[in-house]
Amino acid sequence: MSDHTVKSYDEELAHLTNIIARMGGMAEAQFAAALQALSKRDSDLAARVVAGDTRVDELEHEVQQFTVRLLALRQPVASDLRHIVAALKISSELERVADYAANVAKRSLVLNHMPPVKPVSAVLHLAHLVQEILKDILDAYIERDVDKAVRVWNRDEEVDDMYTGLFRELITYMMEDPRTITACTHLMFMAKNIERIGDHATNIAETLHFLVVGTPIKGERPKGNTVDTE
Amino acid sequence: MNAIPVTDTRLAKVAARDVNVYYGQKHALKHVDLDIRANDVTALIGPSGCGKSTFLRCINRMNDLIENAQVTGSLTLDGDNIYDKAIDVVQLRARIGMVFQKPNPFPKSIYDNIAYGPRIHGMARDQTELDEIVMNSLEKAGLLGEVKDRLEESGTGLSGGQQQRLCIARAIAVAPEVILMDEPCSALDPIATAKVEELIDELRENFTIVIVTHSMQQAARVSQRTAFFHLGELVEVGDTEQIFTNPQHPLTQGYITGRFG
Repeated sequence: MSDHTVKSYDEELAHLTNIIARMGGMAEAQFAAALQALSKRDSDLAARVVAGDTRVDELEHEVQQFTVRLLALRQPVASDLRHIVAALKISSELERVADYAANVAKRSLVLNHMPPVKPVSAVLHLAHLVQEILKDILDAYIERDVDKAVRVWNRDEEVDDMYTGLFRELITYMMEDPRTITACTHLMFMAKNIERIGDHATNIAETLHFLVVGTPIKGERPKGNTVDTE
Repeated sequence: MNAIPVTDTRLAKVAARDVNVYYGQKHALKHVDLDIRANDVTALIGPSGCGKSTFLRCINRMNDLIENAQVTGSLTLDGDNIYDKAIDVVQLRARIGMVFQKPNPFPKSIYDNIAYGPRIHGMARDQTELDEIVMNSLEKAGLLGEVKDRLEESGTGLSGGQQQRLCIARAIAVAPEVILMDEPCSALDPIATAKVEELIDELRENFTIVIVTHSMQQAARVSQRTAFFHLGELVEVGDTEQIFTNPQHPLTQGYITGRFG
């Protein structure tokens, strides 16, 4: 798209994309560090992740202030309006992603006080899938790539299926060896947090579609198996 | 289940089909097809020289007054051909009133400004009826409270915003069906503008309104439909909400977001 007649407006919109990109990078890094803390049983790293969450919160706050300012001073319409509203929404999604990452780190601190349990690797396996999805959606945002966003949107089914499998695996493990119940319960919550990060990536995909095309993604999202509730 | 949205079942009050305007050799308006829906405010937007005012002036044959101007195609009001040779242009302009950019009250009293039209159209049988029309029009234009004690004072002594509402009252007085407004707020301050915009919204109940505006915000605030013109062509028309959130044509997008070269 061509530039605005008023150049400072373009700079402000670019700045907004920039903050979101930084926030996305930060959320990704927090998530990766939380997973490393889990796999390496590194309590120092986990503590740093927990402490680092405030920086993501600060960026979200910055996005909020900046978008309100743009709305008030520029009275944006059409694609500019969608750009600004999308940034506001995506910043809250990323803030949630970072929250879940911090929660994974917190639980890994607890796990480090217990003997290691085998299903950790299965949780990491789920996490790597979600990491990929998160990376893809952040790339799609920077490139304004709708096709990529739709692919991310469709992949949430994989996450749901894997999560359901993991849930069953953890229950089996706990039944076989009740001494692992505390550790496995923490892992189960971690898995839930990680699955939620995937949901937020899906939300970003929907927002990105609205940003670029101006309409919601069409059709029902394929839904994976839901967890047995009995 | 009625699958057709309610707005689409309403008949077009004014229908333009393949309307072209030439000023001498200059092709100022090109093949415009546009339906103006009854009781909607339709905003015409576009850069200077895009043809929006030219189109507006076609609707009540103001272009007849311009030498060299030639209009082709078809324009109808409730199905009646506006350019029919048999039509009385004075009567037509009573049905399709107009408000201009600069408030232009007659150098007469406030009362006579309003009474002028009804008098020449013979709309009142006696003084009481005329008084009623004047009061009614001032009331509808939201001006009565401000001027009721000084109806004999000159209309030109009012503030700019009041003068513009006086002109709107004058247009209403002859009971038109359509009111055309050519940048009615461009000479007004924000408060007077807000009053006129509020008035436009109220008038919509009884009249069909077409407004030319350079203020995109104004088009967004007051209209239900927006038509974007560029270089004499109608580029896009749609519900105002859609035009300002998700315009379909890149030119519309460029214009309303301020990306126009």
